[in-house]
Amino acid sequence: MSALSHFLESEGLSTAGISLVRPHTEQMEPPRALWVPFELGRPFGAPDDAAFQRRVLEAALALLDAGPRPVLADFPDDAPLSDAPAEEAWACPISFPPPPVDPNDIGAAVQAEIGQLAPWYAEAFRSRGRTSVRGESFSVEDAAAHAAAFLGDPPETGAQAVVRLKEALEDLKAFYSEAAAAKPGASSADMSDWLWQETALGRLMFTLSETLAATGDEALTYMAKGSMVPRAQREKARAAAS
Amino acid sequence: MVRLTDMLEDDRNHLLAKPCPKFEGEPWVEGPPLNERRIAIVTTAGLQMREDAPFNFRSAEYRVIPGTVEGKELVMSHTSVNFDRSGFQRDANVVFPIDRLRELESEDAIGSLASHHYAFNGAYMEPDAYAKNAQEVAALLRSDAVDTVLLVPV
Repeated sequence: MSALSHFLESEGLSTAGISLVRPHTEQMEPPRALWVPFELGRPFGAPDDAAFQRRVLEAALALLDAGPRPVLADFPDDAPLSDAPAEEAWACPISFPPPPVDPNDIGAAVQAEIGQLAPWYAEAFRSRGRTSVRGESFSVEDAAAHAAAFLGDPPETGAQAVVRLKEALEDLKAFYSEAAAAKPGASSADMSDWLWQETALGRLMFTLSETLAATGDEALTYMAKGSMVPRAQREKARAAAS
Repeated sequence: MVRLTDMLEDDRNHLLAKPCPKFEGEPWVEGPPLNERRIAIVTTAGLQMREDAPFNFRSAEYRVIPGTVEGKELVMSHTSVNFDRSGFQRDANVVFPIDRLRELESEDAIGSLASHHYAFNGAYMEPDAYAKNAQEVAALLRSDAVDTVLLVPV
């Protein structure tokens, strides 16, 4: 963000940006930035909270009249909780059996989960009027089959294989998250913990991060190590295993 | 997980290890009053229209988002897995505040909104890798009479 701000301002455009990682902004000194104390992935704080989003936006735009350079201001408030506190801990609307240990069973387990989640996904789609599942290259069932095929000898390798596998996995994660969110009350951490630690899809991706790293293919290895399992979820899995 | 001190150690260390070069020069462009500015969003959230190709890994490419876009038409193909996507799945405005900007435009609090907005995938690249495409986007923005950019990371 700071680099783009520098480049665009150098081309004659006024810029004002959101800063999520304050030390980065302090070091790079873009012309104008508003640091916000929000979770990564939510630069305007809270979904479905137009009033709060607007406060953040107005605070950022107000920097256009500030100076001298560099302007780095702090947004004063934490994001409101986006869901009312639940009386009991959130749980996915349906319960799955524990994820299989044998890699040969993971693909079928993911397909079974998709079948169970499908009505909830449909409900979420109806209530939200949108989905972030791209769905252009795969149905979710095909996406699962495509990803599971990489548990054996990879059916394809190289940069385009990574783009396709990434697309399949992103669609699957979005499908699961949107379906599970049909039962309200989940925090982002609840949702992430459920998907990564309790589902066969999570087990598939943990397993892929190991099998792809052993293929010897540079692109698949890069993805396996850097863009497969969130660091926070790796740490939780390690803690749970120890 | 709202401040570095609240993050898990791995996440915090990873973020703090990222290269953060200080570029030469100190560009500073002043503009007209806010209610006369023409504003575009430039995001590094890896947003795209559904029919566009997903972002490649290790690429400074960008996608064009039409000014008429509705949030529900946007999907995200950012290549990092280390941030929340559930907020975006509920409401695109938490990442791409197009409805909030339209409200400001309708109230004449800002001048106008750009005909097109632009999205990069802000991951796995050295910051200076974006220079060339940023210049290209700047030229496109200027040709649209845009004078102001709201930059949004994810």
